[in-house]
Amino acid sequence: MKTLFNPAGSIRRRLLWLLLIGAAVLSGLLYLSVSTVARSAVETTQDSILGAATIAIAEQLRGADDGVEVDIPYTAFSMLGAVGEDRVFYRILVNGETVTGYDDLPLPDTTPAGLTPRYYSHPYQDMMVRIAAVERPVLVSSRSVAVQVLVAQTRTAQDAIVGQMANRAAALGLGFFGVAAVLAVVTARSVVQPVNSLAEAMGRRGPQDLRPVTRPVPQELTPLVAALNGFISRLSGALTRTETFIAEAAHHIRTPLATLRAQAELALRQTDDDATRATLRGVIRSVDDSARSASQLLEHAAVVYRSDQRADDRIDLAALARDIGQSFGPTADLRDLTLAVHTPDSPVWLTADRLLVETALRNLVDNAIKYSNPDGQVSIDVDQSATHASVRVSDRGRGLDGARRSHLTARFQRGGNVGDVVGTGLGLTIVQEVARAQNGSFTLSDRTGGGTCAELSLPL
Amino acid sequence: MRFLLVEDSVDLARSVQTRLALDGHGVDWADTLASAADHLATATYDLILLDIMLPDGDGRDFLAAHRAARRDTPVIVMTARSAVSDRVALLDTGADDYVTKPFDFAELEARVRAVLRRRAGAAQTLQTYGDLTFDPLSATVNVAGDPRELRNRELRLFEVLLSGPDRIFSKGQLVDRLFSASEEVSDNAIEVYVARLRKKLDGSTARIETVRGVGYRLTTA
Repeated sequence: MKTLFNPAGSIRRRLLWLLLIGAAVLSGLLYLSVSTVARSAVETTQDSILGAATIAIAEQLRGADDGVEVDIPYTAFSMLGAVGEDRVFYRILVNGETVTGYDDLPLPDTTPAGLTPRYYSHPYQDMMVRIAAVERPVLVSSRSVAVQVLVAQTRTAQDAIVGQMANRAAALGLGFFGVAAVLAVVTARSVVQPVNSLAEAMGRRGPQDLRPVTRPVPQELTPLVAALNGFISRLSGALTRTETFIAEAAHHIRTPLATLRAQAELALRQTDDDATRATLRGVIRSVDDSARSASQLLEHAAVVYRSDQRADDRIDLAALARDIGQSFGPTADLRDLTLAVHTPDSPVWLTADRLLVETALRNLVDNAIKYSNPDGQVSIDVDQSATHASVRVSDRGRGLDGARRSHLTARFQRGGNVGDVVGTGLGLTIVQEVARAQNGSFTLSDRTGGGTCAELSLPL
Repeated sequence: MRFLLVEDSVDLARSVQTRLALDGHGVDWADTLASAADHLATATYDLILLDIMLPDGDGRDFLAAHRAARRDTPVIVMTARSAVSDRVALLDTGADDYVTKPFDFAELEARVRAVLRRRAGAAQTLQTYGDLTFDPLSATVNVAGDPRELRNRELRLFEVLLSGPDRIFSKGQLVDRLFSASEEVSDNAIEVYVARLRKKLDGSTARIETVRGVGYRLTTA
C-alpha cells in the first residue's frame, strides 16, 4: 500500500494497480454470484425431484382396517436414480412411530404441513443428506392418523454439478479479470501518455531554449503547462534583466572611469611637476585596476553562468587564435613586444562554446603581454592531436617563481612575483573554469630560459 | 588627422578632444547620433570614434546604417561593455576595432594607426625633415632614400620629435608619449630609446641633440 500512495511513485503504476484491484474485486464478485446462483438452481431442481418422489410415495398410502398400507412406487426411485450414484433412504412414520425404512433418519424440526414438502439438510451415516418430509392424514378404521414420509438422498451428484458450475464460474471470473487487466494496462498507458510526451518534449529542449510550451495538452495538464510557461517567461525575463543590468552597470561604472582616466592623462601631459606627475600616474593605475576588477568580475560571472548552459559551436581554433593575435597586436606593439601566432595551415575544428574559449584565450594572451619585459616575445601556438586541440601561450616574462597552478587558479590569488603589474587574480580562474566546463585541461609551466607557458587543451 | 568623436559624456569628450588636439589631431565632437549624421554629411573624416549608449539611440545601429550606406570611413568603437560577446557582435556589425572604456590614449593611438594602416584608402601624407622622409601610416623612415626599420617605441619617439623640430621636449613629455600611463617607467628608459633611435638615424643630416638638464630635440643645425 505504501508504493500505491507514494506521491513520488509512478502515476501509471498507481493507476494500473487501482484498475487491477478493481478488476480483481469485480471478478471475485462475479465468481461468487455465478456459483451461488448455480448452486441454488441445482438445489432447487434436486429438491423438487426429491419432493416429487416423496409426494409420490405419500400418495400411494392407503388406509386399511389394521393400519396403513405402503406401496412404494418404482417411479419414485427411478426419478431419484436418474441423477447419478446417489444413495436413497426413506422412513415412514405413523403417529410418530416408524413403520418401515431407516428409523434413525432425522426428523424435521417442525411438522410438515400436508403435501408441501419440507426440505432440510442433515448429516446421516457420515454423509450430508438432503431430506424431504411430507405428512398426510390417512383413515385407519375410520380414524384419521398422521403419516409422515421422509425421503433422503446423498448429494454426490449435486455436489459434482455444483463443482462443475463453480469451475466454470471461476474460469469466467479469470477470463473477465484477464480482459480487464489488458484494458487496465492500455488505459493506464493512454492516460499517462500525454504526460510522458510533454516530459519528453521538455527534456529534449536545449539549455538555452526558453520558448513557451505551445503543444496541445489535455485539459488537466493545462494549469501545469500554464504555470510552466509563466515560470519560463519569468526566468527568461530575469536573465534578460540580468544581462541588461550587467551591461548598464558596466556602462555606468566605466564611463566615469573613462572620464577620470582621460582627464588624469590630460593633466599628466600638461604638468612638468614630478610630484604631481607621480600622483597622476597613481590615479591612472588605480583607475585601470578598478576597471579591470569590474570587467573580470563580470567576465567570471559570465563564464560561470555559461558553463551551465554552454552552446555547442563549431570553432576553428586556428582562426580564433589568429583573430586574437590580430586584436592584441597594437597592445603588444605598444610595449615593443613581438606577438607571433603559429597555427596549422588547415582549420582546427572543435566543438565548444566560442565565447568561453575566446574569453580563456584572451585572458592568457593578456597575461602574457602584461608580464612580459619590453622587447620580449609572446607566441601563440595551436596544435592538434587525434582527440584534442591545444593552444599554448608562451612568454619570456618573469615566470611562475615556484607558485603552484592550483594557487594561481584560485580566485583572487596572484603569484608572489607580480610586482607592480595591475591584476585581480581572476584571469587564470576564468581559464580554469573554461577548461573544466569544456572537459579540457589547463597547465602552467616554467619555460627553460625563463618565462611561462600556459596550455589550454580541449577535446575535439 | 581629422576625427569625429561621437560621445555623450561632456567631460570625457572634452578630455579626448583636448588630448588628441595636443597630438596635433583635429577632433569634431557630436553628442548625439543625429548630430554625428550632420557632421558626416558636411565634412570628411579620417576616422570615427563611436560610443555605444547615446541619448538618441544605439551606436551599433548607427554603425550598421553607416555600413549599409556603403560609407567606408573607419570606425573605432569606444565601448563600456567588456564582455567577449559584445566585442564579437561589434566586429560583426562592421566596427574596425574597439577600445574598452576606460582606455589608454597610447593604446587608442596605436589602434587608430593599425586601422588606418589596414585601410589602404586613407590619404598618405609624407613628412620630410632634412634628408629624412617619414610615412606615418606605413611607419617607415628613409634616411636619404635608405629605409630604416624602427620598432614601435623608436617610431613614436621619432614622431614626437618630428612633430616639433628644434623644439625641446622634456623627458616627462617623452615618457607620456612612449609609455602607457599606467606603466611603471624607469628613469633611464628614455635614454635607452634615444640611444637606439640615434643609431637607427645614423648617417642623416638630422640628429637628436641632448639639451642637458632640459630634454631632447631633433635638429639639423
